[in-house]
Amino acid sequence: MENRREFLGQGVRLLVLTGVAAAAWEHVQAGTPEAAESYHTTDHWWGFAIDIEKCIGCGSCVRACKTENDVPLDAYTFRTWVERYVIDSDDPDHPRVDSPNGGYDGFEELTGLPENIKTFFVPKLCNHCADSPCVQVCPVGATFDSPDGVVLVDKTRCLGCRYCVQACPYGCRYIDPRTHTVDKCSLCYHRITKGLTTACVEVCPTGSRMLGDLKNPSDPIHAFLRDHKVMVLKPQLGTRSKNFYAGLDGSVR
Amino acid sequence: MGVEGFIYPNELELQWSVLIVLYPFITGLVAGAFILASLERVFNVQAVKPTYRLALLTALAFLLVAPLPLQLHLGRPERSFEMYLTPQPRSAMAMFGFVYLWYLMVVLLLEIWLDYRKEIVLTWKSSTGPKRLLYATLALGCDNISPRALKLDDRIGYAITIIGIPSAFMLHGYVGFIFGSIKANPWWSTPLMPIVFLFSAMVSGIAAVMLLYMLMCRMRGVKIDMPCVDAIARYLFYVFVIDFSLEMLDLIHRLYEADESLKALDFMVHTRLWWSQVILQIVVGTVVPITILGLMQLVRFGEGVRRALYAVAGTLTVVGIFAMRWNVVIGGQLFSKSFLGYTVYKLEFATREGLLPAILLMVLPFVILAVLVRVLPPWIDTEVRTHAPTATA
Repeated sequence: MENRREFLGQGVRLLVLTGVAAAAWEHVQAGTPEAAESYHTTDHWWGFAIDIEKCIGCGSCVRACKTENDVPLDAYTFRTWVERYVIDSDDPDHPRVDSPNGGYDGFEELTGLPENIKTFFVPKLCNHCADSPCVQVCPVGATFDSPDGVVLVDKTRCLGCRYCVQACPYGCRYIDPRTHTVDKCSLCYHRITKGLTTACVEVCPTGSRMLGDLKNPSDPIHAFLRDHKVMVLKPQLGTRSKNFYAGLDGSVR
Repeated sequence: MGVEGFIYPNELELQWSVLIVLYPFITGLVAGAFILASLERVFNVQAVKPTYRLALLTALAFLLVAPLPLQLHLGRPERSFEMYLTPQPRSAMAMFGFVYLWYLMVVLLLEIWLDYRKEIVLTWKSSTGPKRLLYATLALGCDNISPRALKLDDRIGYAITIIGIPSAFMLHGYVGFIFGSIKANPWWSTPLMPIVFLFSAMVSGIAAVMLLYMLMCRMRGVKIDMPCVDAIARYLFYVFVIDFSLEMLDLIHRLYEADESLKALDFMVHTRLWWSQVILQIVVGTVVPITILGLMQLVRFGEGVRRALYAVAGTLTVVGIFAMRWNVVIGGQLFSKSFLGYTVYKLEFATREGLLPAILLMVLPFVILAVLVRVLPPWIDTEVRTHAPTATA
């Protein structure tokens, strides 16, 4: 009798534990942390803030991003990159812009510049537009908006037709030469859904970059947006970009 | 000549190759050829009757090839069927498969089948062996060619042609929309794009059928039906004038409006697109053929001169429309979306998206057409077909 009770008890425990393990394993397998109890996609609305004045063009963000997200080291595949603008006040219509290897190795110092020159760095990444042209054009829905405001790509569905690359006004997308599918900044979705920040924000030595949850009223991004005059890139296109730049010069495209 | 000025790093690689140039070019020929065929059927233009079936077969030959350059271009071609299974309804591109299938299955194949059914059945009944099997299959096993059945065929065919005209408009206007709706690219983004594509499609399709008809007559040693070619050339001229006006309207509008992108586009036309756009497309491929065709409306040349001039004008027209497709697709990718720099397109040869596959893809429709013409001869039909009753009947 004792044995039978023990056996039943063991059996029930095994059943329960198997169920829990199966449920846990399902989450691990599915790779969907948002399905985990601690993260609810509808509770968040991610945005990004960049303080131009603080960027020193060191390229740490570019390197960290490539490492964290396994981005090919080619000079034409970037999830984030940094541009340097050099503007002569005598000729503001023709800014000189460069981004050697996307700023991966930082920038060489400019010497012998004339008097009336201003120069600054502009970090770029996917704008995670609320009305993204790339999501609109994808013929199979491989590029999609997550409920928490991140534009993501399902590599297992992407046809590699490149229509989204054409539709992105900001040049944020590239074709991964290994998979022949499109790739772009995911706002380190695998990190932010675990309560971490993005790799680029993590390594930025000057705090030029900031990830923010616009749905969280106590998130510091609200203070940033309140205290700075901010601008988005190409606002005339109506993409409702969620990358807010402070100190953005009108010449930046 | 490499990259000039600043382009975004991810723009270093050009996204759409010569294969995507072929796509609007080929679908344009399809739509144009079909609209020419419809002229005879719906608008009862008897003069172009000798080219009716040839135009339909040409449209079919090119339509069968139309998806191939797209398929070859895809990074993951094995997933292309997903566009049918899980189309994203907000995507302009997602509808291609449906528009294509509608046009192929409902319009073109059905119209050709109904039109040829009598000959197919007669050949089936009078032949033996594999040929008999082939035509029996083509007839779908139905051998009823009683006058009543044929009259019904003709009525249905007429209805399909009427559905077919807006379908042809849709097929190519839609291709134009794929480009015209990309607001990120000012070279493409214009509501005129679908209508410019449509009229240029009609131009190229009509010119192609005119050339093919003359060529086939010559190959068969048959006299060219000059009133027919004259009529086709006249339509070509009218449509070409509309097409050119629309393109010039677009150009003048851009120049006058002179928005931010103009500097980049203007520079491009003066440098990288000078040959393909200004010389090949506008001067050689448009102004010259329009002048020739226009002159022929005014001056009555001898038959030999007319034939030669039609051949020259037709060839230049097709070349010009190809250049137009090139300048839209490739030209639209030569400038950076930062408007601060330019890149180049390097056409490779024997690669997946190189010149060689492009040439093969352009030869393929002619091979298909040669087979189609053998199986379904477009010129044996000499008897006058009974037309469907008009609206008053």
